[in-house]
Amino acid sequence: MSKEKLQSQAVQTTGHAWDGDLQEYNNPLPRWWVWAFYATIVFAIAYWVYFPAWPIANGFTHGLGKITYTDDKGVRKTTDWNTRSDLMVDLNAHAKLQQPYFEKVEALPFDKIAKDPDLNNFIASAGKPLFADNCAACHQTGGAGKRGFAPNLADDDWLYGGTYEKIQETISGGRHGYMPPFGEALSGEQIAQLASYVLSLSGEQVDASQAEAGKALFHSETATGCYYCHGNDAKGRQVIGAPNLTDKIWLWADVPGAATPQKKLAAVETVIKHGLNKGVMPAWGQRLKPEQIKVLAVYVHELGGGK
Amino acid sequence: MQAGIEEQSALYQKRIPIFPRSIHGPFRNFKWGVLGLAYGIFFGLVWLPWPRGEGPHQAILLDIAARKFYVFGLVVYPQDLIWLSLLLFIAATLLFFITSLIGRAFCGYFCFQTVWTDCFTWVERMIQGERPARIRLYKQPWHAEKIFKLGATHFIWLLLAFWTAFTFTAYFTYAPQLFGDFFSGQANPAAYWTTGILTLSTYVAAGLAREQICTYICPYARFQSVMYDPETLTVSYDEKRGEGKLGRAALRTDVKTLEARHAKGFGDCIDCTLCVQVCPAGIDIRNGLQYACISCGLCIDACNSIMRSIGFPPGLIRYDAESTLKQGQPPRLHWKRLKVLGYGAALSAMTGFLAYSVMSRVAFDQAVTQVRQPLYVLLSSGEIRNRYHIHIDNRTSRDETYRLDVRGIPEQAADFGNFRRVMVKGGKSLMVQASVTLPPAQAARTHAFEFVITPLSRPQDAHASPARFYFQKGIS
Repeated sequence: MSKEKLQSQAVQTTGHAWDGDLQEYNNPLPRWWVWAFYATIVFAIAYWVYFPAWPIANGFTHGLGKITYTDDKGVRKTTDWNTRSDLMVDLNAHAKLQQPYFEKVEALPFDKIAKDPDLNNFIASAGKPLFADNCAACHQTGGAGKRGFAPNLADDDWLYGGTYEKIQETISGGRHGYMPPFGEALSGEQIAQLASYVLSLSGEQVDASQAEAGKALFHSETATGCYYCHGNDAKGRQVIGAPNLTDKIWLWADVPGAATPQKKLAAVETVIKHGLNKGVMPAWGQRLKPEQIKVLAVYVHELGGGK
Repeated sequence: MQAGIEEQSALYQKRIPIFPRSIHGPFRNFKWGVLGLAYGIFFGLVWLPWPRGEGPHQAILLDIAARKFYVFGLVVYPQDLIWLSLLLFIAATLLFFITSLIGRAFCGYFCFQTVWTDCFTWVERMIQGERPARIRLYKQPWHAEKIFKLGATHFIWLLLAFWTAFTFTAYFTYAPQLFGDFFSGQANPAAYWTTGILTLSTYVAAGLAREQICTYICPYARFQSVMYDPETLTVSYDEKRGEGKLGRAALRTDVKTLEARHAKGFGDCIDCTLCVQVCPAGIDIRNGLQYACISCGLCIDACNSIMRSIGFPPGLIRYDAESTLKQGQPPRLHWKRLKVLGYGAALSAMTGFLAYSVMSRVAFDQAVTQVRQPLYVLLSSGEIRNRYHIHIDNRTSRDETYRLDVRGIPEQAADFGNFRRVMVKGGKSLMVQASVTLPPAQAARTHAFEFVITPLSRPQDAHASPARFYFQKGIS
């Protein structure tokens, strides 16, 4: 094909020719595309200058951009732009939206809060993350608790009281439940008798004579003194966190999970023998704000068991 | 050399400027009418006040932040998504129905691209003059007059584009408030972004790109052929009549009358090219049906005006179908076709369903969800408790008090706390925590019951929501 004919065609060539007739098409990209490409380069440079971008020997380029946020303690801080602070700015904005509700919760007494449907809805949603962050590790999601470890908050059995005020007190001050061990003071037979009595209080099938002997031990001033804490009627004393022994709820001894009467007896015997020193709940008064504790108190109350 | 090199051409087609000539006629009048109506609705409706008990007093407001769409007396919630689906389905079938009957009527008369391009072209003509003047101006080197005229045109285009964009934005917030905030720099950044982007896109689409949007970007131009039949009425050039045996001929002295032309074998088309000059897509309708034709009918107006002025019968370019053109029959609306009837049936069914759905919508929405962590709680008495969250969504604009009851279990088993009767504000929703406590024996055999939610002002609207009771004996 002649050179003249090639040049007359619609597609331009770069103008070079190799080996006489080898030519290269020149199909330039559309101008808008090329300019858009240049624009991305300009954008990238602006980005490097403004944001943290390049790693260098002992750090990275911080960029010119600044960001201002309020930290957990309410202090305004301005730093080089970073994603963590950017998140804080978002959290600040949301905290600002929640603020009027928290203020309302703080200002109103519990009985007023309980009758305000909007505030209850706020607590149900704002209390959920608070509970999940601070409480659920021990008490489990939804407050279901874990036998032998942390009490169920959704049932109606309370060690220290289930009113709004008592729950608030428990959260801010923490609790430490303690029962002394009786393994040295009592013989194995006596412990078995006591355990039988305790089981009989909850309606479990036990040897009646053993339970009768246990009842005497329970009320004996010199041998044990169980009733000091658990009360004459064995229904517990919330002032010191001594549990009610007559209901169906077992926190420490895994009676419901035991298959045979012997195992139930053994579970209760273990508690009497070794005592308990693990009912520890930390105090949240220093870690949470008063209004957050108040929200949590209502949230826990509304988990189902509140009095 | 490789084979096929002769067919090579550039992949990118640079825009060839089109300077449509203005024309008078029924189609043009109809298009002005549609434009006036569409602009009246679009630019006006956003300012129409509409008193409401709850919510902003604006006839149409799409409040995305609050997830509420106010449409006159109707408040639409995200749960009504089916309405949007139905509306889109109706829009699509209406488009198919009309297109299979009379071609791209939407493109030519109603599409916002066409309407805005029409308006922008009108501005261009008002400032720069008729087609020859605009071509002359285009070819002239840059000088004061050209700079002034083009500058003025683009300035007014930008103003128009801005107002279009601002109006669009105003549908998403309270318009009078936005107006003040926007121009004092206090509006939400999203408002500036939306307005900015839409200003630019309107300016580019209606001012600069124009028919390129229809030809290269819009998918509808490409799949319209699926809806076309030989019976579909389209803007057509009567080739038999126009071309005759020997083709077109200018109106020379020896072929001035129809008789003389027919005797010599020429067709009726005098090749005045007015149909090409008025075409906003820059095509020649005499080349037959083509995908770039938006079916606006301006070439019909153009041709008829020429035909009348030289005493020829009008209708050389007219709405006609391929089948009737071929057989030389007069055009008619051929609607008894399976495709048209099918589209029509789908259209009426869906319109009916939408109307029924809107009319019969309930005044409140409810949902009962069981608390699943924990699934159930053993109480100290040995009883079993399940808990529920009852969501009530008041869809009216009035405050309403609801009474909560249970059915299928004893009345005293249910506890609603302080909210046995609960007031929900108009347009708001509320969650009530409820619990149900049953003795172990009853708990073991109770599986399902109902929560009954009764709006006190309309007891007949009471709704029973099914709920489950969960209890697994032996594990606690």
